[in-house]
Amino acid sequence: MALAAGARRQQHEASAEAKKTLLSIEKVTKYFDEDLAVDNVTLEVRQGEIFALLGASGSGKSTLLRMMAGFENPTEGRILLEGEDITHQPPYQRQINMMFQSYALFPHMTVEQNLAFGLKQEKLSKDVIIDRVQRMLKLVHMEKYARRKPHQLSGGQKQRVALARSLAKQPKLLLLDEPMGALDKKLRTEMQLEVVDILENVGVTCVMVTHDQEEAMTMADRIAIMDQGFIQQVGSPVDIYESPNSRMVAEFIGSVNLFDGQIIDDQEDHMTLHTDDLDADIYIGHGVTSGVDERSMLFALRPEKTLMTREKPDGDYNWSSGIVHDIAYLGGHTVYYVRLPQGKIVQCFLANVERRADRPTWDDPVYVHWASDSGVVLRS
Amino acid sequence: MRSGRFSLSVTIFWLGIFFLYGPMLMLIIYSFNASRMVQVWAGWSTRWYGELFQDQQLMGAVGRSLQIAFYSASTAVVIGMLASIVMIRFTRFRGRTLFSGMITAPLVMPDVIIGISMLLLFVAMAQSLGWPAQRGMLTIWIAHTTFCVAYSTVVISSRLREMDQSLEEAALDLGATPIKAFFLVTLPVISPAIISAWLLSFTLSLDDVVIASFVTGPGATTLPIEVFSQVKLGVTPKINALATIIIGVVSIVAFSSWLLFRKIDQHNRAAARMAAQG
Repeated sequence: MALAAGARRQQHEASAEAKKTLLSIEKVTKYFDEDLAVDNVTLEVRQGEIFALLGASGSGKSTLLRMMAGFENPTEGRILLEGEDITHQPPYQRQINMMFQSYALFPHMTVEQNLAFGLKQEKLSKDVIIDRVQRMLKLVHMEKYARRKPHQLSGGQKQRVALARSLAKQPKLLLLDEPMGALDKKLRTEMQLEVVDILENVGVTCVMVTHDQEEAMTMADRIAIMDQGFIQQVGSPVDIYESPNSRMVAEFIGSVNLFDGQIIDDQEDHMTLHTDDLDADIYIGHGVTSGVDERSMLFALRPEKTLMTREKPDGDYNWSSGIVHDIAYLGGHTVYYVRLPQGKIVQCFLANVERRADRPTWDDPVYVHWASDSGVVLRS
Repeated sequence: MRSGRFSLSVTIFWLGIFFLYGPMLMLIIYSFNASRMVQVWAGWSTRWYGELFQDQQLMGAVGRSLQIAFYSASTAVVIGMLASIVMIRFTRFRGRTLFSGMITAPLVMPDVIIGISMLLLFVAMAQSLGWPAQRGMLTIWIAHTTFCVAYSTVVISSRLREMDQSLEEAALDLGATPIKAFFLVTLPVISPAIISAWLLSFTLSLDDVVIASFVTGPGATTLPIEVFSQVKLGVTPKINALATIIIGVVSIVAFSSWLLFRKIDQHNRAAARMAAQG
């Protein structure tokens, strides 16, 4: 199933450029009294994609989602759905449906009645409603539970019903608020792929809000990183992880080793940085062709790209000696914390491809090194 | 030592039970007393029950009290619900704290003060507006509604505060207008609180003697006032019979609601087991 979803995802990516914009957010700002919640956000969500707003709590991502749903009014800016200005449309007139974090299933109604609620508001005929409810139940594999009340369902079942209810009206845009927030870890991974499967089956455009980067990277085609009401970076999961555009994004997504450096040499095809933390200078296989006067740069290196050996690496660049400071064995991989001569501690992931391999242990002298295209230069 | 402590707790338990229910038991026994004198036992009889139902004045007071309690409770619940919505859902408006403080003030206000201020108000209104021309059931209804609103607001607002607000948002999101969302989602969800607020208000109104005696008028004697005035002339066995009937009705209602809740609870547990099994 995961494989199928992945394959379909790739098709998505290939045709994403051709897809037209469904939702545009234009310079939206939101103040709660004096507090700035969303700061001049401009975003475009394309037809058919799963778009994730990722950020810590209080980053304004939920407020932005609630403005899309119509529960909050922007202080400034516009929201357009298929070119139509919906900024001040009330929620019950928007062709946008939301799946709530708490699921918000109506406790006094059965699963069927919950699914039919939105359709009844549209004043559809009884046959159409019954037919649509049956299709929705089938879509989320809940046919057997049609007559149960929400309190008779488990967490995963509630989530399926909530998803089916928000899809029943065939919205142009689906909003997911922390879709896996109420599930335990194991069920979460299972449901993430299943939800993506259902969404791609239906072909609905989807904006989700989450604070869980794994969830965003598993489910979304594109991710926007939000911090203090501001969008830091928008891109595919690979872009966000491999090419973060700021220190905040690099630190927020995964682990990272950061080195403060000074530019020694900046050419078109390479550059070198000097840092006090490392024995050797840093060589990067591309230049920073911006002509900034700023000489100090930040070098970001992911721990899994930081290699560790007992032998001294060849070459004049991209290595340092160190001592194993701490080891965290996590089963699939081991995290080594290596103390560099100047006292800085770097992380380095080693995949445990061999059982009980002979590995460096505490206080062993080691070398860390990396390839010239492994790291990213950030303007701090 | 162990058995000694055990018997001590048993003794205290029975003392407590006697303290709570002894007087009622006495009252029930004496309601079957054949004698006119309350203190003198003269054998079993149901004579006073027959006389009770023939006492037009007392039966009239029962009917009046039930009527007033019904109207007061219904009005208080509607007003209490509106007040709760304003307090809980409209988060920011000027004087909100003052409003929520004032609406619950009658909870801590002595009945005498409510009664006397109500009386003064009605007298002043009758003099200046000519309405209400006469004090009676209408004025008792208004007075009872006033203090019942305080209780029902407390009950309903606490339920409304607990209610997940995203339920209402979900209804709006699915295309229901705010009014429809209220009637289709909010009202059913808070209905248990509305029922308990109504029952509480009903009981309080039925029970009240102080406020009612201030604002009552000719021909509007409620049951507590009637009982109170009859007892002043000496306790008659008829009152005992009436009290026994009331105790019986209350016990039956309490017991059947306990049965009902137990049944719902069992149902829910079975459902939870079913959900756990998938």
